[in-house]
Amino acid sequence: MSLLAIELAYWQITVIKLVFSIVAVLIPAGATVYLYLFKMVSFMQSRLGPMEAGPFGSLQLLAELGKSAQKEDIFPEKADRYVYAFAPYVVIVSSFLLVLVVPFGPNAMFANYDTGIFFALGVSSLSVIGILMAGWASASKYSMLGGLRAAGQLIAYELPMILAVVGVVIQAGTMNMQGIVTAQIEGEIFGMGALGNPFILTQFMGFLIFMVAVQAELTQTPFDMPIAESELVTGYMTEYSGFRFLMFFIGEFATANIFAFIASTLFLGGWSVPPFVTDMIGIEADSAWFDLLGPGVMAVKMLAITFVIYWVRFTYPRFREDQLQRLAWKLLIPLALVNIVATAVLKVVFV
Amino acid sequence: MYSRQTSPKEGAKVILGNLLSLAAENTPLSETGEWIANGFFYVVAAVAVAAALKMVTTKNVVHAALYLLVVLSSVAATYIVLGAEFAAATQVMVYLGAVMVLMLFGVMLTRAQIGKEDNLDYDHKWLGALVATAMAAVMGYSLWEYFGSKTMPDDMAPQRTSEVSGEIFSTFIVPFEALSVLLLAALIGAVVVARKD
Repeated sequence: MSLLAIELAYWQITVIKLVFSIVAVLIPAGATVYLYLFKMVSFMQSRLGPMEAGPFGSLQLLAELGKSAQKEDIFPEKADRYVYAFAPYVVIVSSFLLVLVVPFGPNAMFANYDTGIFFALGVSSLSVIGILMAGWASASKYSMLGGLRAAGQLIAYELPMILAVVGVVIQAGTMNMQGIVTAQIEGEIFGMGALGNPFILTQFMGFLIFMVAVQAELTQTPFDMPIAESELVTGYMTEYSGFRFLMFFIGEFATANIFAFIASTLFLGGWSVPPFVTDMIGIEADSAWFDLLGPGVMAVKMLAITFVIYWVRFTYPRFREDQLQRLAWKLLIPLALVNIVATAVLKVVFV
Repeated sequence: MYSRQTSPKEGAKVILGNLLSLAAENTPLSETGEWIANGFFYVVAAVAVAAALKMVTTKNVVHAALYLLVVLSSVAATYIVLGAEFAAATQVMVYLGAVMVLMLFGVMLTRAQIGKEDNLDYDHKWLGALVATAMAAVMGYSLWEYFGSKTMPDDMAPQRTSEVSGEIFSTFIVPFEALSVLLLAALIGAVVVARKD
């Protein structure tokens, strides 16, 4: 059912997708950085945060952008120039690839990969390569140590993340992100269809493991050993300045948002709303209206999840390296395996 | 690869998709589209070959690893062009995300100086080149011989993951299980070798 029939050529669709992919990466990143990193944290710490640029400092981000753009792009003397220059692009490309598979409505998605979540988990690990490149090419011990720590941490936490997602995939019966949303719309829990079945209810363990792993993948506190400012200046980013530093910065926060998008798709029902809401306003749960409403629903869910990410970030102190590895290998991975076995058994018993 | 764009089941559509009805139905590939798809394959293949040559000739270990990364990602891109989505995602996940990261990690922990290393060479490189050429000739000949006259079907859709898993767990169940046991043995072996006590 289309509300307004216009046929577009392949290249026109591609151009629209390119524009929207940039919007879907940059706008949420800017919004959460201002709302949470600048403002919420300031209020939590009884201060005002940026107040000068624009009303309530709302133009602070533009000011930061201008500042970074006019800074000198410094290359350390002994750096490997090409690898050093290219590393931030690898990091930011990984977050753009990640947003491809996120559905924002029944038809509103960039690419409907059948391997959806598997592809997303694969490309999310590409940022490690950029981080290692940056750490090595900077020719600085701080950067090198930061890069190595980041690689060790990201390898360790990729596993629990993948294993946590397996529970969802078993329950939904598909790796396609759209299919996972549909499974949640149609699903029932304890014989009650009123809630649909957001997988957070049945896969709560998976959700917790996934969020801990996301926090670690983003190298956000308490998992910020790779950029530990009291030990390593800023780790792999130490030597970067100006626009390239800004790209690392955007990459980090954009990835936080996209992981929040993915988490809301996997566990909170994605672009869908609970069936009683659609009954109330009188539209089908998968009607074309959700191509318009979906991005808004996703934005709300994304903001809720990123709120938790930043809340944890500014609440807990940093893990030590051995504690960090022990948490991943001795707690999260066994828990995730138990979750997989339980999900598989229950699926066979009840379906 | 273009049939993914208009795959019969849902079709990849954009935000505002239904409002503007951006979704084209399952249209056959136009001549231009076919030309672009073929051209894209040659671009990817050329990048892979060039990066492979640079990988064996470069004088820096980390550069070699990064060139290998380009080769492996080109292979993933080739899988995408051929519509083998699951193979492409696995290639990215396993080779780029795990194997190459481990390799870079290992190289950087041990010897990873910046700049040229003059002793980074191999005395028997001509032997290697000979073996590589022979392999390329044999494999190229056999592929050309058996598949040279075949063309892709016009309505080729990307291979669905359920088909892949169906094949793995029925036709190829024995090699799959054998590989699993092999990996388990390697895993246990690694633990035994690494343990000091």
